[in-house]
Amino acid sequence: MNMLPIVDHPAAARPFVTNPDRAPWHDKALWFVRSKRDKQASSVPEWEYLRSLASQIKTATIANLGDYLTEFERNATALGAVVHWAADAEEHNRIVLKILRDHDTHRIVKSKSMLTEECGLNPFLEANGIDVVDTDLGERIVQLRHETPSHIVLPAIHLKKEEVGETFHEHLGTDEGAADPKYLTEAARGHLRDKFLAGEVGITGVNFAIAETGGFVVCTNEGNADLGASLPNVHIACMGIEKLVPRFEDLAVFLRLLARSATGQPITTYTSHFHGPRDSHSELHIVLVDNGRSRLRQSDAFRDALHCIRCGACMNTCPVYRRSGGHSYRATIPGPIGSVLSPTRDSSKHKSLPFACSLCGSCTDVCPVKIPLHHQLLAWRKEIGNLKLLSYDKRISMKMASLLFRSARLFSFAGWVGRASLKVLPHWATHHRLNTWTIARELPEPPKESFRHWYAKNRK
Amino acid sequence: MTPQLTSQAADTTGRQAILDRLTLRPVRSAGLPTVDASKLTSFEEPLAKFTEMLQSVGGEVHLVDQPDQVTEILNQIEVFSNAQRVVSLVPEAVKGSFDLSKIHDPHDLAAVDWTIAKGEFGVAENGAIWIDGSTLPHRVLLFIAQYLAIVLSRREMVHHMHEGYARLGTPISRFGVFVAGPSKTADIEQSLVLGAHGCRALQVFLTP
Repeated sequence: MNMLPIVDHPAAARPFVTNPDRAPWHDKALWFVRSKRDKQASSVPEWEYLRSLASQIKTATIANLGDYLTEFERNATALGAVVHWAADAEEHNRIVLKILRDHDTHRIVKSKSMLTEECGLNPFLEANGIDVVDTDLGERIVQLRHETPSHIVLPAIHLKKEEVGETFHEHLGTDEGAADPKYLTEAARGHLRDKFLAGEVGITGVNFAIAETGGFVVCTNEGNADLGASLPNVHIACMGIEKLVPRFEDLAVFLRLLARSATGQPITTYTSHFHGPRDSHSELHIVLVDNGRSRLRQSDAFRDALHCIRCGACMNTCPVYRRSGGHSYRATIPGPIGSVLSPTRDSSKHKSLPFACSLCGSCTDVCPVKIPLHHQLLAWRKEIGNLKLLSYDKRISMKMASLLFRSARLFSFAGWVGRASLKVLPHWATHHRLNTWTIARELPEPPKESFRHWYAKNRK
Repeated sequence: MTPQLTSQAADTTGRQAILDRLTLRPVRSAGLPTVDASKLTSFEEPLAKFTEMLQSVGGEVHLVDQPDQVTEILNQIEVFSNAQRVVSLVPEAVKGSFDLSKIHDPHDLAAVDWTIAKGEFGVAENGAIWIDGSTLPHRVLLFIAQYLAIVLSRREMVHHMHEGYARLGTPISRFGVFVAGPSKTADIEQSLVLGAHGCRALQVFLTP
């Protein structure tokens, strides 16, 4: 996996936010998806009931995860699948490569999987001489551009159609300047069909795996996972260990929530249920991946983050994500859930992410599995403070604020100083490059008297 | 560089490490909930709701009185009347023009124009149709054909997904899929385009 340096979210977001067209355009595109989600959620009267069911099911699953995983393994094996266990990303990649080598594979077709993204599977396989084709249209676009997905459901949401047109002109030979989504999609359809037919092994992610049956479900709108898994004789499904649900009937709850929360559709076009390999000439390999999940389970504060079903609703609603773009998080999973998950992997590297949040709580409101996202982000701030990872200026200013708020006299005096100086300070003294707070705002008009003074006069 | 490992050895170490970590810390939960059916919305006319939802996701719905009307209606669709290779899994409704008996490799189905498949039941809340994989000689038929038609009895309707899974019970076939509309994408600037990798359009015929 590429090791990225410590990233500062505000710095990484700068090119995006300072582009006067890009940030409002991106904001609008995601708000459109959020609105579609609202329409769907409000059309299901039992929505809140479904959310609490989903949350209870996930809590019970995570509590007994070891048992459910072995139950899944037993049932999947009985159906003829081969179940592999990977403690971390490296082991996952080695297992996949081993299966590919066993079949002398050079070309694989892959459908969207944030897990393989997390494990850095593509660069690993490419370094080992294997041609990997991402077949989800959005993923293919970012793959051709040597970028990473900027959103977990809408990987190319940060790109304008003209940019996609340029990429396709260069790689697929579409007409120069062509930017019609219909035309571009048709070109991709033709291009990827050849890839599907040439693929020797299909790799998919997993949306839900069922302990009770040993099967799993993959949801797509494009049908790419199905083409990729139905043509070759070998299907490798890679899943995080938290993707399990205990019972077959639990799927009803999650499938009602997933697409409605993700894109505002009542259900995805294809919801495919795989139980064992295709036939006696085929192989199905399931790779169960931990990569930090069991450690997250041990944390009382952040355990609920394992409920996540990767719908992306928290990103679509997040005012910070919408305006700063997914790449500013420099993490496989961006947005609110990514800002909770990333510091659990490396709190020092991702220490700025819990601060890329206005604590508005919208993510918590839309989360279909009731992860208390903004509470967790607040908890991370405290944790990062405890770990002494806060920058010097934040630490000092917090100390000072604490002193100020503890003393009524000091607070009152500071208020007087503030009101007085707002009146007399010249503009150049407050607006300069050292004061980042005043880059885009003016200081307020000072009130004529303090609240304390007003209260003493009027209420006593 | 080929990592030297046998899959068996690698699996056991990873497996034990993960299971050990998962037992390190006991976590309590209130147990699994049971769905209270009285809290779920059902529809006065599930067929009407199903039709409305299927149309909203891009499917085209036709009510027919008898199976042979399916071919009549399909013949009025240009891409059907011009089609060279039609695979029909519902011979009482449509006569196919592509012989599956000689096909062993699913890649040989790449040129199929139409697949006519049999739906088991429809879900009113979202317009999805359950297709049982055991009715498909090759599961790729549903996804590789340029166009897809599904023949479904209009008596086979469930209100919502809970009823759907109750009806499926366990275990199910090796493969099964809910299909809701034609394949689609909105990955280019959120513009909805029908016909991504799977079928370009979906015709659903509701028989008595």
